[in-house]
Amino acid sequence: MSLLDVKNLRTYFHTRNGVVKSVDDVSFSIDRGETLAIVGESGSGKSVSCYSLLNLIPQPPGKIESGSALFDGRDLLQMTAKELRQVRGNEIAIIFQDPMTSLTPHLTVGEQLIEPLLEHRDITRSEARQRAIAMLDEVGITNPEQRYHDYPHQFSGGMRQRVMIAMALITEPKLLICDEPTTALDVTVQAQVLQLIHQLQQRHNIAVLFISHDLAVVSDIADNVAVMQKGKVVEQGSKQDIFEQPQHPYTKQLLAAIPHGGKQNAPSIDNVPLVSGRNLQVAFAGAKQQWTTAVNGVSLDIHRGEILGLVGESGSGKSTTGRALLKLISASNTKIGGQISYQGEEIQGHDNRQMLPLRRRMQMIFQDPYASLNPRMTVFDTLAEPLLYHSLATRKNVTEKVLALMDDVGLARAFVRKYPHEFSGGQRQRIAIGRAIATDPEFIVADEPVSALDVTIQAQILELILQLSRDRQLTMLFISHDLSVVRVLCDRVAVMYQGEIIESGKTEQLFNQPKTDYCRRLLAAVPSALVTNE
Amino acid sequence: MSTTTSTLPAEKGTSLWQDAWVRLGKNRLALFGLGVLSLLVVVSLLTPWLAPYPYDLQNLELGATPPSWDHWLGTDTFGRDLLTRILYGGRVSLAVGFVATGVALLIGVLYGAIAGYAGGRIDAAMMRFVDILYALPFMIFIILLMVIFGKNILLLFLAIGAVEWLTMARIVRGQVQNLRHQEFVEAATAIGLSRWAILHRHIIPNTLGPVIVYTTLTIPNVMLLEAFLSFLGLGIQPPESSWGLLINYGVETMEEYPWLLIFPGLALSITLFALNFLGDGLRDALDPKASKD
Repeated sequence: MSLLDVKNLRTYFHTRNGVVKSVDDVSFSIDRGETLAIVGESGSGKSVSCYSLLNLIPQPPGKIESGSALFDGRDLLQMTAKELRQVRGNEIAIIFQDPMTSLTPHLTVGEQLIEPLLEHRDITRSEARQRAIAMLDEVGITNPEQRYHDYPHQFSGGMRQRVMIAMALITEPKLLICDEPTTALDVTVQAQVLQLIHQLQQRHNIAVLFISHDLAVVSDIADNVAVMQKGKVVEQGSKQDIFEQPQHPYTKQLLAAIPHGGKQNAPSIDNVPLVSGRNLQVAFAGAKQQWTTAVNGVSLDIHRGEILGLVGESGSGKSTTGRALLKLISASNTKIGGQISYQGEEIQGHDNRQMLPLRRRMQMIFQDPYASLNPRMTVFDTLAEPLLYHSLATRKNVTEKVLALMDDVGLARAFVRKYPHEFSGGQRQRIAIGRAIATDPEFIVADEPVSALDVTIQAQILELILQLSRDRQLTMLFISHDLSVVRVLCDRVAVMYQGEIIESGKTEQLFNQPKTDYCRRLLAAVPSALVTNE
Repeated sequence: MSTTTSTLPAEKGTSLWQDAWVRLGKNRLALFGLGVLSLLVVVSLLTPWLAPYPYDLQNLELGATPPSWDHWLGTDTFGRDLLTRILYGGRVSLAVGFVATGVALLIGVLYGAIAGYAGGRIDAAMMRFVDILYALPFMIFIILLMVIFGKNILLLFLAIGAVEWLTMARIVRGQVQNLRHQEFVEAATAIGLSRWAILHRHIIPNTLGPVIVYTTLTIPNVMLLEAFLSFLGLGIQPPESSWGLLINYGVETMEEYPWLLIFPGLALSITLFALNFLGDGLRDALDPKASKD
């Protein structure tokens, strides 16, 4: 008998706008020591189906309409709240997506760790403490006895996720639900965390229910895969079956969305680079007048028509470099040094007024389309603002120009008066891209423009960016932590580590013959073999 | 998804304010609040013609009487018609409430937004100044103003406004500090917008939610503050009246003549209800994310 057997689960949300069938007739089962991955885009119901099992969905508006979930012979869906509390965090544990927000900031890590033990086990505080320290050690946290007394903010993202894993496993659960546990982490850290989960699973014979939107990640660790779309499981099978003989068109689409291959057309490299940074330095003031150096002596040239990839982990200074090139870093509490030139013109010393004519020629696309659009401005206002401000349109023809812009980025004209929250992530990113190209710029800094999006949407947005850059002969600095995306898109790549560029070169060259150790490690950390040459 | 906006695009893009106006028009409760407030304002303006008696006409023989045909809301201990006094009091109270709050709103939002957006030393200096004013005992501050400028109703507006803006500035500054680091503000910088354009187009509209709520809370506060100042002899003096004064007086005589408390209290309550309905409606209308049907 399998450990967990879910049959015909239906969870509906009764909203003002009607019933949303988030989970519609979903069945799956999972054995001891086995990993089942549920894959799908956001909104496909993968998280809701797992949270339904533990009754963790908001009710109302959510309601579990029907189904059964036999866990060790007992039906989770029929349990009383009290019985369920005995199961939660005890026999079934959860790791959440964002390690930054899933730990309570005002309690030490130790206190949070022993909480489930004290709740579910008859155990003294000192015993719990020893167990917690052993667990911290097991998940690879050095100096566990000292770190036991630290607060969450003293840990990095990857370390916090390790703490979360320790917390989940401390009661020796039979089933571990991982809800996108590595999505918020850097690639190298992601690889470590995945490996850790895998090891612990083997050692303790735990069943893992792994929720992810990323097929590449799943390919590394899953035994079985269930693909969800719009609340239904469209395909289910062993990993081999899904990856090698996908049946359902949606699965094929997901597989095709994993970027692979390389970029061909080479830009014409002339003598004067369009944008050039020399020995850039950026430091931010921290507490007590201590300076944190974010960018330390970075020099780079970007030639007209070229797409330069800038890769590195978060905190490596790649975003700061991009912003510094556009002179977007505010001067208060920062030290900025070095030279920036644009078409041979030195611009580091320019003030706002001197920058104004240049602003329309250099633009930025931001990572998070939820944060980069003013929530109180309609699409029209957002797109019209740069046009009007730079006198590229008059009051009379601005509507026409905005609509043309919407066509260019693939947004339906009817959306012109809607507000950002009425759009999906991909559509929002289209608006943001529209704003960036409104003034017909030559140079664009794209700061992780697709990393906040679903995989299939990523592919579409990348396609749009590629097409626009071809049509408009854009020069681009493409900042990303995702090497597979960079490989597809960029002509040259520069790798940043701790504020410095440690390696750069032609894309294929760098991918095939990395020179530095770090670069090799970065490439090795890319999940799955799907990214290799075709 | 709403269908109202999916028609063909209008000639011009709508601004937040036009949209807000349309949405406010669909909110019955808010419209009701707006209607009541407008009525109150109109009545206040027309009071000299509407009031059945002069506001200072005493009838000591009559004394305090309960509501009757001659005096709809009764009379006070001096035999003055209560309806008349409430009408005249409304003029003062509404004027103080709106003007003083307006002053507070204007200064507070601008000051807070500038401090929060400038950041660094400018912010520190500006906020320390606010702290100093906070620390200054309110009474002393008002009395000082009165001593320097003399008693005068305009000064009352200014004095109250000058105190109430402090909290507003703090609220706005906190909001702006958060917003300043949002990517859409950075995007506006990348477009090349001037600081002022960023402030008034991208930042201030996004602080409106808390500001409106706090404003609707400030207006009644200010009305009661006026009563307190009048009680101390710094504001309105009898025989003139204000709702605050009437309520104060009503409290003293509550046991013998309850109507002297009930009716002015009712007038204030109705105003506050209307304000709250309107405030809630405005907040929702100015937030595109607020649910719509």
